[in-house]
Amino acid sequence: MSTQMVEATKKEYQYGFHDPEKYTFKARKGLDKEIVEEISWMKSEPAWMRDFRLRSLEQFVAKPMPTWGADLSELQFDNIYYYLKATDRQGKTWEEVPDTIKNTFDRLGIPEAERKFLAGVGAQYESEVIYHNLKEEWEKLGVVFVDTDTAVREYPDLVKEYFGTIIPPSDNKFAALNSAVWSGGSFIYVPKGVKVDIPLQAYFRINAQNMGQFERTLIICDEGSQVHYVEGCTAPIYSSDSLHSAVVEIIVKKGARCRYTTIQNWSVNVYNLVTKRAVAYEDATMEWIDGNLGSKVTMKYPAVYMLGKGAKAEILSIAFAGHGQNLDAGGKVVHGAPHTTSTITSKSISKDGGRSSYRGLLKVAKGAVGCKSNVRCDALILDEHSRSDTYPYIEIDENDVAIGHEASVSKIGEEQLFYLMSRGVSENEAATMIVNGFIEPLVKELPMEYAVEMNRLIQLQMEGSVG
Amino acid sequence: MGSELVVRDLHVNVEGKEILKGVNLQVRQGEVHALMGPNGSGKSTLAYTLAGHPKYEVTDGEVLLDGENLLEMGADERARKGIFLAFQYPTAIPGVNMANFLRTAVSRVRAAQSDNAGSARDGGELIPMREFRKELNSSLSMLKMESDFVRRYLNDGFSGGEKKRAEILQMALLRPKIAILDETDSGLDIDALRVVSEGVNALSGTNLGVLLITHYQRILNYIKPNFIHILFNGRVVVSGGPELASVLEEKGYDWVRTEFGEPVAG
Ligand SMILES: Nc1ncnc2c1ncn2[C@@H]1O[C@H](COP(=O)(O)OP(=O)(O)OP(=O)(O)O)[C@@H](O)[C@H]1O
Ligand SMILES: [Mg+2]
Repeated sequence: MSTQMVEATKKEYQYGFHDPEKYTFKARKGLDKEIVEEISWMKSEPAWMRDFRLRSLEQFVAKPMPTWGADLSELQFDNIYYYLKATDRQGKTWEEVPDTIKNTFDRLGIPEAERKFLAGVGAQYESEVIYHNLKEEWEKLGVVFVDTDTAVREYPDLVKEYFGTIIPPSDNKFAALNSAVWSGGSFIYVPKGVKVDIPLQAYFRINAQNMGQFERTLIICDEGSQVHYVEGCTAPIYSSDSLHSAVVEIIVKKGARCRYTTIQNWSVNVYNLVTKRAVAYEDATMEWIDGNLGSKVTMKYPAVYMLGKGAKAEILSIAFAGHGQNLDAGGKVVHGAPHTTSTITSKSISKDGGRSSYRGLLKVAKGAVGCKSNVRCDALILDEHSRSDTYPYIEIDENDVAIGHEASVSKIGEEQLFYLMSRGVSENEAATMIVNGFIEPLVKELPMEYAVEMNRLIQLQMEGSVG
Repeated sequence: MGSELVVRDLHVNVEGKEILKGVNLQVRQGEVHALMGPNGSGKSTLAYTLAGHPKYEVTDGEVLLDGENLLEMGADERARKGIFLAFQYPTAIPGVNMANFLRTAVSRVRAAQSDNAGSARDGGELIPMREFRKELNSSLSMLKMESDFVRRYLNDGFSGGEKKRAEILQMALLRPKIAILDETDSGLDIDALRVVSEGVNALSGTNLGVLLITHYQRILNYIKPNFIHILFNGRVVVSGGPELASVLEEKGYDWVRTEFGEPVAG
């Protein structure tokens, strides 16, 4: 830890309302009012946030489990830690990390320090330094990029104005859960007209908080601004926590542009149930690029509500479901204003009995004339044990619209395999090439280093050696 | 001594039906053999079988490359041993960048031939980028192809002629011992035919044996065959010198039909 940070931590404790030394938070399983109050207290939060959490808890308890999508019946809410201090989290040792995960780190060539961190046994990630240098640049532009806990303390007005407005706790059971127990995540504010050239990467500053189970991200792009945020990484994230449930809210104001890229590769014990939603105002553009490889169950449908005329939405989603995985992913676009445009492209791959589904919503409100929407979903099934499904929901209340919907399901072609093999490439390498080719339209949208890693990861996944 | 491909009494079934009924053929490095025959006589079936397509079931006979049994090898291993097939209908593989693919293929084949097991494996080393670029550019210019071409996805959206040229480009880079060219001439315009033929000639010399499947004498004006064979109803029924081509051009296959049996259905 840099001395700067130690200083910051000390200061925080010094000015806290409570004396942490007299208090020890005992991590325990299960969720009730007391846990929620303790979380809020540990973070020395203002009353409005504590109340928000408590109201959300009521919603969580009241809301039914979703009855569609993946099977969640094995999920036991009583058997989960809802808040762990970073020090508790790091109680694990390297020896406890499964060999499959260690091997994958090897194959991906992840540096030592980073491996420990990704496996949940290390403290800080070494790129902290890079982050601090970049941070100075951003600060000159007035850009705020901090973790959300810090934002609640340092930018209370901004947070209060937008937090929970795009995805209210009542939205769904998991949004309510996150609202009650959230911790970490990123807060970004880009001022009017400011264009951030380099992607803001959560990768640079991953720390225990950020990789938490219930992170909460809020991004505000003020008028005419531009930002690209990248989260996650291609290395498998080993987590003994079985539930990851994040909420991401984004506001893209008039003429602004936001791109949000996720590469997610949770270990295969994790339920990954994430709510992501953006609102795009007049002539604003929102792009979600979402790559899902790991997890036992993923349910994730990034959404864009186009509320100003001329707004644009683009959603690109990749899912690769291997043995024992059920990835239910897709996107939602709501055309709430005239002349708005949306595109959803989904590519899913199923292998070794894995199941991947595209689930999408396209909604056009009455009066949203001249809208255009194009949905395309392609599925690739690698063997006869695997499965792929498509669930497109379309609600259109306006006549003057142009809608296109195309779906395809293909098996990996014998002719394609033979063609590549006849050039001296092994069957496995040929199949990997075909799969990488299949997702290429999305991968080429990723920042370079992610694209390279993504291809390597597909290669590992094809060998079935990814944990 | 040059390599030698020997096909002996080859019987092949496709989806339960016998298509090749005892083919005999011998192609040495440095020789050009033209294989002609009516539609449906089994030319492509022979080509696919030699390259190792899993759909083609060999029920009898043998195929040897320098005494090694090719029939026990998968398509990839055959390619690494020096067999190359230029497809009659090359398969499109969307999203697979041609240059990257070629570099991988070349690396795997070269490594196998120099006994560099490490690079022959999946994810093994690739030949250095600069070395590959240089070779690629010289092959491209030999075939009068734009260098942008290899940035496209493999055979995806290629015109008929572009596909055929791309096949020969691959052959040039993979440097096989024996190449089977399945109707590489069809779909090529007159200029392209000349360029591609010159390319094949430049590569053949003493290091390449060619089995050239064609319907037309035209390409044989550029690529001079040492032998011509006629495949009819799953058998090589006539073999001869280059003069056989003009006989066919003049008389068609009717005389073969009368001599060797009933016309093939379809
Ligand atoms: N994959 C296949 N499935 C079904 N039938 C096949 C297949 N491949 C070949 N055949 C059949 O085998 C016979 C020989 O076909 P083949 O393609 O080898 O002929 P060819 O001599 O190459 O003809 P052409 O001159 O038209 O290219 C035909 O009757 C064809 O329909
Ligand atoms: Mg043919």
